[in-house]
Amino acid sequence: MQFLTDNFPLLRDAFLTTLGLSLLAGLVALVLGTVLAAMRVSPITPLRGLATFYVETFRNTPLTVVFFFIIFGLPQIDFVVGFFPGAVVAVGMYTAAFVAEALRSGINAVGPGQAEAARAIGLTFGQSLREVVLPQAFRTVVPPLGNVWIAMVKNTSIAAGFATTELAATLPRLANANAGDILLILVAVVVGYMLITVPSAYGIHHVERRVAILR
Amino acid sequence: MTTPVLFDVPGPRARARIRIGTIVGALVVLAIIAFVLVRLGGNGQLEGQRWAILFDPSTNVPQRLLEALLRTLRVALLAMVLATALGLLLAVARLSDHRWLRVPVSAFVEFFRAIPLLVVIFALYFVLPGFGIRLSTYAALTAGLVLYNSAVIAEIVRAGILSVDRGQRDAALAVGMRKSQVMSLVLLPQAVRRMLPILIAQLVVLLKDSSLGFIIGYFELLRQARSLVEYFTPRFGNDYTFQLYVAAALLYIAVNVLLSQLARFVERRTRQNARTAAAAPPVLGAGAVAPGQEA
Repeated sequence: MQFLTDNFPLLRDAFLTTLGLSLLAGLVALVLGTVLAAMRVSPITPLRGLATFYVETFRNTPLTVVFFFIIFGLPQIDFVVGFFPGAVVAVGMYTAAFVAEALRSGINAVGPGQAEAARAIGLTFGQSLREVVLPQAFRTVVPPLGNVWIAMVKNTSIAAGFATTELAATLPRLANANAGDILLILVAVVVGYMLITVPSAYGIHHVERRVAILR
Repeated sequence: MTTPVLFDVPGPRARARIRIGTIVGALVVLAIIAFVLVRLGGNGQLEGQRWAILFDPSTNVPQRLLEALLRTLRVALLAMVLATALGLLLAVARLSDHRWLRVPVSAFVEFFRAIPLLVVIFALYFVLPGFGIRLSTYAALTAGLVLYNSAVIAEIVRAGILSVDRGQRDAALAVGMRKSQVMSLVLLPQAVRRMLPILIAQLVVLLKDSSLGFIIGYFELLRQARSLVEYFTPRFGNDYTFQLYVAAALLYIAVNVLLSQLARFVERRTRQNARTAAAAPPVLGAGAVAPGQEA
């Protein structure tokens, strides 16, 4: 217990790093993912191709490889990024591909009649997407987006391998402590992740019921 | 494709606008490509002789990368087999009629699904030694992949079993099969068959996750690339660094794309045979994680 209280500042900072990394990367992923999803359903072929290429590439690339490239690869072509911003970019760009896929399936789930009606009253492509299709798509994708968010929170742990001291990184750092102490740290780390994921799951379920639309 | 739903068959003005959009879009894409190439070229990263070492056996680089790829595949394959086997057992155990079996197995599955895979691997590699169990990086990585993925696979298989029509089970019991026979001869084969595309998608995730070995120092592709860079840098400066990183990343992506293609092929096959399988599409239980969205 003494050990746990001694290392409380480290664990608290690590928890806040994980939380901040999750929120920032989540924001990047949501914005970029929405743009990608819109590109994938647009009538402009090059943009559709670019978005498809992006999604397929990132879905088939391990997040570790994305991290590796941003932290070690980019400096080779004179783009030096800090460890924390690099982690935000890596997790955000990786997750954006999954957000885009979730949104696209949501767009596909919006009834064809909705888009047809929007066109019939004279809305443009942008308007029908903005005012009619996307608001409905966002609602149907609450559960899959929630799963993406929770998977992403767990994925932020990979930043531990790239010099960001977030929750998981406290384990190798304190690995030389004696058995009982390091076990306590492990419990604290697990609890730390659950402090984010369990309320998230609860909140997602709540939102899901609030916004659910009957078809 | 959703295209026909979202917009009318374009008229002349819309066609003109789309044409302009296409040209602008193509220019944007070309600009991005040109920017990357100029950036790379400005650093001399595109010189042929820098890339040549990747293909020149006399430098030992291709052999090293291939060995590293094999080490990656070795971990992934072993973990795939073990995780699938354990996952099937866990799924069946979680559906058991015996409380003493069902409750601990449920706890095991939910626990490992809730925490990041890297934390599992760190626990095996950094925490267990305190209790006198010292695992190699190979063992820790494999065990971590197996524990985590068996929990995920168990949930996939369980959803599959629950989706099999109730009449199948009732009929099997009615002809006098024992509960174990009903499960192994009737329910499991149908469940696995139905869930095959999702199972393979999860195995792709497992393959991707085997790259976590880099973080604990298992000598897979990325670690090998780092070590080659550390070997070359004192001798040739940073001449080959970028190329080696690109090679390691591309090998990873290539293997993953191949396995993903296999998953897609199997999915198409399964869909074609859907008429022979039972009618209702399988539904993942609430909270079940969609495949491909894990780490």
